[in-house]
Amino acid sequence: MRRIYLDANATTPMAAEVVEAMWEWLGGDAFGNPSSLHRAGREARKAIDDAREQVAALVGAEPSEIVFTSGGTEANNLAVMGAVRAAGLRRIVTSAVEHPSLLEAARGMERESVSATLVGVDRDGVVDREAFRAAIPDGAAFVSLMRVNNETGNLMPVRDCVWELRGRGVVTHTDATQAVGRIGVDVKDLGVDFMSMSAHKLHGPKGVGALYVRRGARLSPILVGGAQERERRAGTENVAGIVGFGKAAALAHKGLKPRAMKIAALRDRFERELFQRVEGVRLNGHRLARAPGTLNVSFDKADGEAILIGLDLERVAASSGAACASGVAKPSHVLLAMGRTAAEARSSVRFSFHDGNTDEEVDRLIEIVPAIVARVRCEEGPGT
Amino acid sequence: MRVAVAMSGGVDSSVVALLLRDAGHEVVGLSMKLYDAGVARSASEIADEACDATKAKGCCTPEDMNDARRVAAEIGIPHYVLDYSDAFEAAVIRPFVAEYARGRTPSPCVLCNDRLKFRALLMRARALGCAAIATGHYARVDAAGGRFRLLRARDRAKDQAYYLFGLGQNELRETLFPLGEMEKGEVRERARAAGLPVSDKPDSQEACFLEGQSIAAFLSRHGVSSVRGEIVDERGETRGRHEGAARFTVGQRHGLAVADRHPLYVLSVDVGSNRVVVGPRESLAARGLVADGARWVSGVAPAVNAEVLAQVRSRHTPVAARVESTGESMTVRFESPVIAVAPGQAVVVSRGDEILGGGWIRDGFADSSGDVAGPLERRRGANP
Repeated sequence: MRRIYLDANATTPMAAEVVEAMWEWLGGDAFGNPSSLHRAGREARKAIDDAREQVAALVGAEPSEIVFTSGGTEANNLAVMGAVRAAGLRRIVTSAVEHPSLLEAARGMERESVSATLVGVDRDGVVDREAFRAAIPDGAAFVSLMRVNNETGNLMPVRDCVWELRGRGVVTHTDATQAVGRIGVDVKDLGVDFMSMSAHKLHGPKGVGALYVRRGARLSPILVGGAQERERRAGTENVAGIVGFGKAAALAHKGLKPRAMKIAALRDRFERELFQRVEGVRLNGHRLARAPGTLNVSFDKADGEAILIGLDLERVAASSGAACASGVAKPSHVLLAMGRTAAEARSSVRFSFHDGNTDEEVDRLIEIVPAIVARVRCEEGPGT
Repeated sequence: MRVAVAMSGGVDSSVVALLLRDAGHEVVGLSMKLYDAGVARSASEIADEACDATKAKGCCTPEDMNDARRVAAEIGIPHYVLDYSDAFEAAVIRPFVAEYARGRTPSPCVLCNDRLKFRALLMRARALGCAAIATGHYARVDAAGGRFRLLRARDRAKDQAYYLFGLGQNELRETLFPLGEMEKGEVRERARAAGLPVSDKPDSQEACFLEGQSIAAFLSRHGVSSVRGEIVDERGETRGRHEGAARFTVGQRHGLAVADRHPLYVLSVDVGSNRVVVGPRESLAARGLVADGARWVSGVAPAVNAEVLAQVRSRHTPVAARVESTGESMTVRFESPVIAVAPGQAVVVSRGDEILGGGWIRDGFADSSGDVAGPLERRRGANP
C-alpha cells in the first residue's frame, strides 16, 4: 500500500536537489566554519552567501536583509522580542489565530510591561481589516499578521492592514511560514519590516529558517555571543541546512504559479468530491481567500482524532490542525477563535497538499475517506 | 485481522502486542492518557515522594506512555496516545473521592475497566476497524458454543478476573486476553528474549492515579475534609482520635492510634457522626452481604440460592456462598463467616474457574437472617 502524504502544512518532503546540495556539506572536505579566515572558512561563507541570495530573491529582499535562524519558531520569537525591545515598544497588536510561536512570544513580553491585543476573526477565520486597524494605537506599536494561516490556509490581508502604517512609528511583521514558496510573496509589496520563513515548508530541511529584516529596521538579538548574521543571531551557522534552504528557495522560485495551480486543482477536486460524498461536512476557512493546498473540514458527529488514526492505518497522513505534543488533543485555538465549539473543533481534519500529490491519490482518497468517516460515526457517538 | 492492544507501557501489555504481532495480526497500539501526572502537586511534594522508596509505580504517566511508544516502535506497530483524562475524571476519580467521602472503599480499577477500557477504548477500536481489543489482563475468555465465558487466569497468583466482572457478552466477543494461559515469569522471559525495553519494569500497583501519594493526601487534595474525630469501640467508648473518618477502610488495622491487648480493626466508618468504630477481629466477621449494581457475564443471574464462590476484594480467596439476585441487587450468604466485607468494594461471584458476575457491596451482615440494619447499628457503636 503506497502512502499518501497530505500534511504539507506540518512539513514537506525534501526535494532530491536539496538533498544533493546539502550532501556536499555533510561530509568530505566541506566542513569549515564560516567565521574562519582560512580557505575552508571562506568556502563555507560563500555557500551561505549564495543561499542568502537565493532566499532573498524568492521574497524580493536584499541578501543583507535575510537573517538565518533555526526555523520559523525562532524567526517569530526573534521578530517579537527583538523588534519590541530594540524600539522600546509598549504595545503589540496581532490576530488571535497566529502560530503559538508568535502568540507565546507576545504573551511573554507582558513580563516586560508590554501589552498584547489579539484581534479576533470571523466565522470564516478572516481578520476584519477595520477591526484590526482600529486596534492599532496612534503611538508606536509592534503589529503582526500572518500571511497564510497554517490550520485553515486562509490568506490574511497583510498588505491592507499594514501598508498605511509605514512611517508612523509602527513596526510591522508577518509570519509567512506557510506562504513562502507556495504563493507569491514580495516583502516590498507587503510593506512589512519583518517577515518569518521556514525552509521545511518548501521542500527544504528542518532546523533552518530566516527572518527578513528590512534595511534600517531595528532588531535586538535574542541569541548573543557571536557576530554571525551581522550580530543579529549569534551561533555558528547551520551551513548544510542553509545551503538546503537556498536550494529549496531557488527551486520554489521556478514555476511557482503552475505548481500552485496544480496543487489547488488537486485540493479543489478532493474538496468537491468530499462534500458530495459525505454528509455533515463543514469547511473551516474561507472558500475563496485560501492558499492552494489546505482543506480543513469538520465532520459532524465524528471524532477528528479517530478519523486521523483510521487514515494513518490506511497509510494516509493528515492532521487535526496544529501538530500536538505527546498525543494530547486540545481543541485548536484557531477554530475556537472562529466561533467553533470545542466538539466541532475536535471533529476537524486538515488535509494539506503539496507538489508531489497526484490525481491517483485523490482517486483513492475519495474512496477511503467517506468509508472511514462512516465507520467512526457508526461505532462511536459524539462525546466519547 | 486488525487488533487493538491497550498498551500501558508495562511488560504485560507490551508482550501482548508482541505475541499478537508474531501471530500475524495487524496490531494497533493504543495508550490511554488518563490524568495529568503531577499537575495537582507542588514540586516539593513530588520531590518528597521521589525520596520515598515505597513509591508505587503508576501505569499512565508520561514515562509510561513513552515506554509504550518505544515498545511499539521496537516491534514495528503503529501506536497512538488517546486522551481520556476528562472521561477518567468523571467516571473514576470523582466516584472514587465520593465513595471515600461517604465512608466507603471504592474499586477504581473495576470502574476504569468498565467505563474506559472496555467501553470508550473498545468503541474507539471498533471505529478504527479493529476486530478485537487485547489487554494484558491475566484472565481467559472461553468461546465454546457461541457463549462467551470469563475464566480466571491459569496463573492464579496473577489472576485479575476480579476486575473484569462487569464485562458482558458484547465486550467478551471482541476481547482477547493473550496472557491468560501464561505465567508471569514466562511473560517477562518473552519480553527479555525480544529485547523489549520494559522487560524488568516493576508491576503496576492499584489506583495508578495516586502516583505514590497516600490516599489521605489525595482525598484532602480533592476536597474531602479531614475533621478530627473519635475512634470508638463497639460499646461506644472512646478509644482514640482520628484525622478524618473518610480515610479509613473496613478491615484496616494499621494507622489506628489505639492501644489494646489484642489487635484492633476498623469495623465501620460513619462519616455522618465522623466516628470510626474499632473492635477485635471476630467482630469483623460477616455471614453475608447485600450488593447493588449486579451484572452477569452471561446476561442471566444464577438460579436462586445457587452454590457459588464469592470474592469480596481483589486479594481475597473466594469462599463458598449462596447467591440470590433480583434485578440489580443481590444477596450473598457465606458458608462460613468472612472477615472485612467493605462497603463500596466489588463482590465477584464465580463457579470453579468461571466468573459469573458481581456487584457493588452495600453492606455486610453479621447474622444469617440477612437483616442488615440490626447488626450494623450495633457495630456503629449505638448504645444497646
